[in-house]
Amino acid sequence: MRYFLNRVGFLLLSLWAAMTLNFVLPRMMPGNPAEAMMAKFQGQLSPQALTALEKQFGLTNGPILVQYFDYMRSMLTGHWGLSFSYYPTKVTTIMSTSLPWTLGLLGIVTLISVAFGTLVGILIAWKRGGVADGIIPIVTMFLQAIPGFWLALVMVYFLGFKLGWFPMAHSYGNSVQVGYNVNYLFSIMNHGFMPAVVVFLGGVSGWIIGMRNNMMTTLGEDYVVFAEAKGVSKSRLIFAYAARNALLPQLTSLAIALSSIIGGQILIEQVFSYQGIGYQLTSAVSNEDYPLIQAMFLVIAVTALVINFIVDMLYGRLDPRVRRGGATS
Amino acid sequence: MVTDPNNPVLQIEDLSVAYVTNDGFVNAVNDINLTLYPGEIVGLVGESGSGKSTMANAIMRLLKGDAIVTKGRVKILGRDVYEMSEKQLRQFRWSKMSMVFQSAMSALNPVMTVETQILDTLTSHDKSMTKAQALERAKELMNLVRIDTKHLKSYPHELSGGMRQRVVIAIAIALNPSFVIMDEPTTALDVVVQRSILNEIRRIQEKVGFAILFVSHDFSLVAELASRVAIMYAGRVVEMTPSNTLSLMASEKHHPYTIGLLEAIPELTADEVIITGIPGNPPNLRTLPSGCAFHPRCPFAEEICTKERPVAVTVGPSDIECHLYSGKGMKQHV
Repeated sequence: MRYFLNRVGFLLLSLWAAMTLNFVLPRMMPGNPAEAMMAKFQGQLSPQALTALEKQFGLTNGPILVQYFDYMRSMLTGHWGLSFSYYPTKVTTIMSTSLPWTLGLLGIVTLISVAFGTLVGILIAWKRGGVADGIIPIVTMFLQAIPGFWLALVMVYFLGFKLGWFPMAHSYGNSVQVGYNVNYLFSIMNHGFMPAVVVFLGGVSGWIIGMRNNMMTTLGEDYVVFAEAKGVSKSRLIFAYAARNALLPQLTSLAIALSSIIGGQILIEQVFSYQGIGYQLTSAVSNEDYPLIQAMFLVIAVTALVINFIVDMLYGRLDPRVRRGGATS
Repeated sequence: MVTDPNNPVLQIEDLSVAYVTNDGFVNAVNDINLTLYPGEIVGLVGESGSGKSTMANAIMRLLKGDAIVTKGRVKILGRDVYEMSEKQLRQFRWSKMSMVFQSAMSALNPVMTVETQILDTLTSHDKSMTKAQALERAKELMNLVRIDTKHLKSYPHELSGGMRQRVVIAIAIALNPSFVIMDEPTTALDVVVQRSILNEIRRIQEKVGFAILFVSHDFSLVAELASRVAIMYAGRVVEMTPSNTLSLMASEKHHPYTIGLLEAIPELTADEVIITGIPGNPPNLRTLPSGCAFHPRCPFAEEICTKERPVAVTVGPSDIECHLYSGKGMKQHV
């Protein structure tokens, strides 16, 4: 319980820090959004229009503390402002239409990749020196060495353009009706397949090799030999005694991988024109869409923190030494 | 437990174990013969690298990696351990023979409660055992090693070193084995805890009556606990002797290595403390000296010792492999 409160406290503190940084950093940049808008129209706006824009964007020259509290209140109440590039669409609307796609596709693929890689890692470590142990790490490492965007381009060209097996862009077809129906779901899967394969191949090797190496270390531990001697069945020996301990470092890697999902995979979403958050982030940056960029950075930071919090909790469940603190050897 | 005192629990016949290396075999254990009778405590002493632990693992058929049994047999209660199938072995091991590991401190899984680890032992061998029965037995075992049963819910890191060691002993005797190997069970503990664990082992052994092969490099400790002591040097048992002969005061004859070990024990009660070590270093197993492996360090060494390996001869109550007693040397000590 103390561990839990401790972690919650840390989560809240770092959330506050992330939001404050997000407030401070843009204010250290020269200019303001209205001037940026102005620059976009290359001086064809009158000073009156500039003042109007400043009003509209809520820019004031009020004391910084007042601005800060206004900002915090708006952030917490979900008033994240309007996007420039999709003016006057709300930032929250853009986020809510792009975030689920990224989370859905990349999140699910990452989890599959972790589960699959970990399981394969366990098995090849158990049969160490076997045929699978010789082939699988090398093959997957080779696939991982291929840059994701390049593989994506190759797949789009051959499987999409030449063969026409898979759609080349977007997350679902134009002709299907959005909703809970088979066609829609099928269309999503069909569109998601190629990006999924690229992300899967890009990550799975790390999970396999990481788990294999952790397992090797754990299998040499005295408590595993002791458990084998005392007659524990083979499956229990592998999974309950060895793998569970070997899993702990994997969990840390998982936290890092999941955090990078939100911001990461920009190139892959770009190649497949998949309207996830990475795709939106690229277009926001190239359009100098400050409110959107700011919101995205905040979401990325918050997601990373929340995922870390979840992993901390899981860690506590899996390793009693962490939960109760004070570990001795 | 019904075991005929004449039927040995452990019979080791000509056991040899080698490590396979790039340069060929390196023999770690050579032609060991050893017999243990029910309820007996036998000590096995030797320097680091003399093959004690390798032998212990060989008896348990737990040799890992590159170690292989090249010769000989290990019989527990008349059954050859190396002729069992994997499945038979899994059932046999721990129910008839068990082992307290050298590194007992790390023999417990850090992420499982003591209870789970004891119950695993019980239910792996007896599928018909209910959870309640197993728990009952676990409590019994905790009482036997004198740990409060509330610690069944504890994780290993919450226990002291001595308590962890007791838990390991509880797991070792969980299935009432006839024979337990204790491979340096007190090495990682401080002297006071060592003493209490030792008393505990003796008390439980008297109560339950299993035989113990007590492996250690602590000569005085073994001499105190065991009834017979096997002294190992460079993978061979060079002397097998009753433990009451192991004193400089005793008149029995010993192997020169044993004498060296005895002289190296500090006497707390003596006015003047003179400790004599054995000159030289333990031999490299890859390049064992010819003849008797001890001859380069032996104060009695003569020509024959460099040429011919002595065979065991009975000298008084002991069996000794040395040319002093073989009748082949010039210096006759018989």
